[in-house]
Amino acid sequence: MSTPLLDPARPLTEIGGNLARRRRIDHFMRGGSMAAALFAVAVLGLLIATVVVHGASVISISFLTKDPAIGLGASGGGIASAIVGTVLLIVVATAIAAPLGVLIAIYLTEFATQRFARPIRLALDLLNGTPSIVIGVFAYSLLVVGGFHHQTGFAASFALAVIEIPLIARASGEMMSLVPKELRDASHGLGISRWRTILGIVLPGSLGGIVTGTVLAFARAGGETAPLLFTSSIFSGSTTLNIFGAAIPNIPVTILQDSESGFPSDHARAWGAALVLVVFILIGNLSGRVMLARQRRRYQAR
Amino acid sequence: MSTQSAAGRLPSNRRFVDRFGDRALVGTTIVASVAVVVILALIVEHVVNGSTDAISRFGIGFLWHTIWNPSTSPGVVNANVFGAGVWVYGTIVTSGIGLIIAFPLGVAIGVFLALLAPGRAGAVIGPLVELLAAIPSVVIGLWGIIVLAPFMRSVVEPVFHDVLGFIPIFGAPSTTGLGIMTAGFVLALMALPIIASISRDIFLSVPRELKDGALALGATRWEMIRGVVLDSTRSGLMAAGILGLSRALGEAIAVTQVIGAGTSLPGGVFGNSFFNNGDTLASKIAEVFPGTNHLFTASLFYLAVILLVIELIVNLTAQLIVYRFERRQGLVR
Repeated sequence: MSTPLLDPARPLTEIGGNLARRRRIDHFMRGGSMAAALFAVAVLGLLIATVVVHGASVISISFLTKDPAIGLGASGGGIASAIVGTVLLIVVATAIAAPLGVLIAIYLTEFATQRFARPIRLALDLLNGTPSIVIGVFAYSLLVVGGFHHQTGFAASFALAVIEIPLIARASGEMMSLVPKELRDASHGLGISRWRTILGIVLPGSLGGIVTGTVLAFARAGGETAPLLFTSSIFSGSTTLNIFGAAIPNIPVTILQDSESGFPSDHARAWGAALVLVVFILIGNLSGRVMLARQRRRYQAR
Repeated sequence: MSTQSAAGRLPSNRRFVDRFGDRALVGTTIVASVAVVVILALIVEHVVNGSTDAISRFGIGFLWHTIWNPSTSPGVVNANVFGAGVWVYGTIVTSGIGLIIAFPLGVAIGVFLALLAPGRAGAVIGPLVELLAAIPSVVIGLWGIIVLAPFMRSVVEPVFHDVLGFIPIFGAPSTTGLGIMTAGFVLALMALPIIASISRDIFLSVPRELKDGALALGATRWEMIRGVVLDSTRSGLMAAGILGLSRALGEAIAVTQVIGAGTSLPGGVFGNSFFNNGDTLASKIAEVFPGTNHLFTASLFYLAVILLVIELIVNLTAQLIVYRFERRQGLVR
C-alpha cells in the first residue's frame, strides 16, 4: 500500500479510499445474502399461493365427500376415496414405525455403548438417505412380487414405515437425551429398576418430543409418492379400507396421475387434491414445530 | 450397589418382574435396532437380486451405453438391449444444475440466518425456508408442469439461447418448457432448504470469540464472514452441499413430471441441449417400472442398484466429513 495507514492530517471519521471500498463490498455481500433469503421465502409464497388459488376454486363439500368420476378426463366427483386412503396408509405406516422408532431411540440413548450405537446410527442415516423410489422398488419386490402377488395398501404402508423409522428414531432420541441425567440417577437411587425408570421417567419426560417426531414423520409420509407408485397405484376410484386385499386410492398418486393428464378437468382435480395435501402437511408440520419449540424450551429453562 | 440392597427387601415377585422387565426391554430395543440394519440389508439384497440378469448380460458398460430398447418384436434392431447412459447423463446434469443454483443460494441464506438477520427476522425466515422442504415433491412437480414450464419456454430458454446460444448446451428453446433444465431448477428448489438449514447450523457452531476477534481487529462484517466463518467451516459446507446433492440425485417424482421423458442425447454427451427432454435414473424407474419383460425389469433393478451405490457413496462421504468436522469442533468425545 502506498498510502500510510493513518494520515494524521485527516480526521478518523472521514471515510475514503480503501475503507469505503471495503464497506461497499460489505454492504453488497450482506444485501446479497438477505436477497437470497427473501428469494427462498418468495418461492415458498409463490408455490403456496399458486396451490391455494388453483385449488380453492375446485374445493367444495362434494369434492371432499364424493368419490372420483370414472373415466379419463371425466369431470365432477371428488377425492373422498383418496383422502380416506391416504389417512389409512399413513396411520398404518406410523403404527408400524412409531414403536420401532421409539425402541431404537431407547436403545441408543439408554443402553448402547459407543461401539454398538455407531453402526446403528449409521444404518439409520443411510436408510434416511436411501431414495424413496428405491424403497418403493424394495417394497414391490418384497411384498408385491414376493408376498401378495398384487398391489396392496399394506405394501405401501410398509414402504412408508421404512421412510418414517429413521425420522422418528432421531427425533425421539434427541428428546430422550435432553431428559436430565439427575432424574435417572434419582430413580436408580430409590432402587427402581432400569426398565421402570425408562418407562416411568424417561419416556414421559420426552413424550412431547416423541409425539412431535411422530407427527412430523406422519406429515412427511402423507406427501410421499414414490413408495406408493409400485405398491398402491392401480386402484378403482371407490373408497376401500381393505388394506391387505387391494391397492388403496391415495392423494399423492392421484395428483401425479392427474398432473400428467392432458385434460383440464384432471388438472383441476390435481390442484384441489394438492391443496388438501398441502394444508394437511402444513398443519402437521407447523403444529409439530410449535410442540418441539415448547418442549425444547422446557428443558433449556432448567 | 445400592440398587441391589434395596431390591433385596422387595417382595420376590417384584424382583422377578424387574429382572424380567429389564431383560425384556433391553431385548426388544436390541431387536428393533437390529431390524434397521436388517431392513437396510434386505433393500440391498432385493435390489441386487432383481438386477442379476441385467448385470450379467450388460456388465459395467450398462453405465454408459445409450441404447434402451424394450421392444422384443422380431426384426427390430437392438431388440431387448438396455443401457443406462442417457439416464446417467440426465442424473448428473440435472443434479449438477440443481447444486450449482442451490449451493451458493443456500450458503448465502445460511449466512443471513446465522450471522446477519436481526433476531426476529431470523426466527421467522428460518422456519419458512425449512417449510419449503415439507412441500411434497408431487406438488412441486405439479407447479413445475403448470407454472414453471411455460415460464421456462417463453422467458428463460429464449434468453439463455439468445445470449449463450453459441454454446451447444443452450440450444433452441423447447416447445413445452419441459426438459433437463426445468428438472434442474426444480431440484435446486428441493435441495435449497437442506443446504440452507445445515449451513445455518454450521455457522452457528463457529465460536463467538473468533467472530468477535475479527470484528475487534477492524474487519467489516463480510470480511469477518469470509475470513473466519466461511474459512473455518469449509468442510462442513461441503457436507451440506453433498446432502443437498443426495436429495437431488434420488428425487424421482418431481423430475418425472417436468423432465419430459426423453430417450436419447441428440447432440451427444457434450453437445446435448439442456432444453431437450431427458430422464434420470430415478425418474426412469418411476415412469416404467416394473417393465414388460424379464430383462427389462432386471435392467430397471440395475438402475436402482446404480442409484443405491451412488447414494451410499454420497451419504458415507457426508457422514465422514461431518464426523471429522464435529471431532475438530470438540463435539464428539
